Amino acid sequence: MAYFLQQLINGLTLGSIYGLIAIGYTMVYGIIGMINFAHGEIYMIGAFVSIIALLVLGLAGISYVPLALALVLLTTMFFTSIYGWTVERLAYRPLRGSHRLAPLISAIGMSIFLQNYVQILQGAREKPMPPLVQGGFTVFESGGFAVRLSYLQLFIILLTLVLMTGFTTLIAATRLGRAQRACAQDIRMAALLGVDVDRVISTTFVMGAALAAVAGLMVTLYYGVVDFFIGFLAGVKAFTAAVLGGIGSLPGAMLGGILIGLIEAFWSGYFSAEYKDVSVFVVLILVLVFRPTGLLGQPELEKV
Amino acid sequence: MTAAAGLAVEKPARTPLYWSALFKDAILAALVATLLALPLVGMQTYDIGGGALGIRTHFDWVATAAAAVFAGRLAWHLRPRHPRRAEAGGDKVFSRLATWSSRRTPLVAAAGIAFAVVLPFLPFSSRYLIDLGTTVLIYVMLGWGLNVVVGLAGLLDLGYVAFYAVGAYTCALLARDLGLTFWEALPFSGLVAAGFGVILGFPVLRLRGDYLAIVTLGFGEIIRIVLLNWSPVTGGPNGISDIPRPSFFGLPFARSAPEGVTTFHQFFGIEFSPNQRVVFLYLVILALALVTNLFTLRLRKLPIGRAWEALREDEIACRALGINPTNVKLSAFGIGAMLGGFAGSFFATRQGFISPESFTFTESATILAIVVLGGMGSQMGVVLAAILLVTLPEFGRAFAEFRMLLFGAAMVAIMVWRPRGLLAHREPSLRLAPHESGGALR
Repeated sequence: MAYFLQQLINGLTLGSIYGLIAIGYTMVYGIIGMINFAHGEIYMIGAFVSIIALLVLGLAGISYVPLALALVLLTTMFFTSIYGWTVERLAYRPLRGSHRLAPLISAIGMSIFLQNYVQILQGAREKPMPPLVQGGFTVFESGGFAVRLSYLQLFIILLTLVLMTGFTTLIAATRLGRAQRACAQDIRMAALLGVDVDRVISTTFVMGAALAAVAGLMVTLYYGVVDFFIGFLAGVKAFTAAVLGGIGSLPGAMLGGILIGLIEAFWSGYFSAEYKDVSVFVVLILVLVFRPTGLLGQPELEKV
Repeated sequence: MTAAAGLAVEKPARTPLYWSALFKDAILAALVATLLALPLVGMQTYDIGGGALGIRTHFDWVATAAAAVFAGRLAWHLRPRHPRRAEAGGDKVFSRLATWSSRRTPLVAAAGIAFAVVLPFLPFSSRYLIDLGTTVLIYVMLGWGLNVVVGLAGLLDLGYVAFYAVGAYTCALLARDLGLTFWEALPFSGLVAAGFGVILGFPVLRLRGDYLAIVTLGFGEIIRIVLLNWSPVTGGPNGISDIPRPSFFGLPFARSAPEGVTTFHQFFGIEFSPNQRVVFLYLVILALALVTNLFTLRLRKLPIGRAWEALREDEIACRALGINPTNVKLSAFGIGAMLGGFAGSFFATRQGFISPESFTFTESATILAIVVLGGMGSQMGVVLAAILLVTLPEFGRAFAEFRMLLFGAAMVAIMVWRPRGLLAHREPSLRLAPHESGGALR
């Protein structure tokens, strides 16, 4: 029971990270119907920017942890979202309205480019990061096994909750959110009704990148190592999460992320760590076969 | 910013230039470049020992990047353009090439094949060139195989490398455990890969395009992870080595053969040279690729091929006409997988050693890029794109660490420049009013 609870906490933490990345996939897919393959790399860039920001703050002598965290969070989100914006502007916008595979290939190319870009500039070695947030507390103890919830895990889960709440409000209640929902429903009609579609799409990429940047920061803090290759697998898993939750649906992306995190944590806790990635893909295939719209997705009507 | 860019783009060069708008736009671009470069280019993390990181600053690089972007953006707006031919621009060459190659298909194909056949015997060909040619041909074959799935049937497969891997491992395992030669193992490689294709395809082919893409990607990763972890059979990360080389009708290519076996050079009474095997391998893959091409071209003429193309164009109409989409897709998937399996088998015997490292997602992406960059459904385009994508990194060897960077950038650039592919000239194979230019090979 205690072991189960511990895996639950680990899974929730991991799931929060996947969920934040998944939102970027699901929003872009919801609006322009493309798999933004480079999104995983945006998350990787977020992780690198966060490391650099942490180091710079360390050099600047800011040692009060909450302040440092807040500053790093903001700078990481800012710089990473510029990457998100630029990727859309350079690789996807010129391809709008062309056939379905073109942006996907462009995205794969962008992903290869960004990976190598970071590798060349920052080196191929793993970047270690000493833990910034230490400590935690024992939630409960049974049979000599203590269930620990570290402050960092608590921070990750709470921050995700806060961001999700803010984000849902933004989509549900602001002018921008309304424009985004309109574009997701019918991009041409939205354009006809005066929505600046290009701007909405750019904003969507910026928002997705900012959330991925938060995930990147979390992963830097949580695992303490980052390398240029982390984007691929995390990206695929987050996309799986988006599909699992029902692509195009924001709560679905979060739910899918948490489920993927839980599956991974329980699989490596109870079965084997080697095949934990396989478990995620198997779940994806099963979901798509038995419930192709995902858990919270709307069934899509096929029209002639 | 977009408004400024729009002004500059829409007005031809003869009308007065909006200098202030131009400069504003270029300055904005340079600003974005500065912000992009500031954290990742300007500050480099490095190990300072003891598991800690230090930062090295390169603000001069940031400034260079910003200046380059400023100049580039300005030059882009001021580039000379012909008002009347604004649309055609630089890609006219490829448009013409596409039309020309589709008109003169038999000629181009014959010339290409003839060149490929005599290439190893030309005076300037070296071992390096033939090796490179072999690699290109492997990708051509893979591209043609994937073209069945993506180009003809319109199914997006991001895990094609899985079938390549299955073929390669089947060949290697049959050789290691049952002692089969390459030629004996080849058909089994194709069959096993096709089997995998059908097994995977059966549950997932009901899915819509993008879901299918991600499931196939997942499948590719599953195969790779299993190969990596199932050590007793696959050798894990160490892979399988000592895969036998193909023989020429039972005559091995070796300096000396064991008792009772005649080697190739002894049989023909010629001097032994290690190049003989290289040339032979080249000719084998050339033959395999050509058979693949012929096979897919014939398939296109069969009802099943027609059904693939019909399905690509309109699935609902197909269903209304009584075509079973699942079966049709399954056949495309199976046949594509089989061709990938053959190519994998050849890869195994050519390398003599295989490991999961050769079958990563990048490989799938490269093959898909070859198909899409070439112009989906275009057989010629696949050849062109394969040559381009395989030789591009070779040229880049001079600055080795940048080659994958350039590869990614080239993929984006080609897509932005010609979204339908280099030799895009997609027409249905069958049309109501026969077209005089309709060639077989496209």
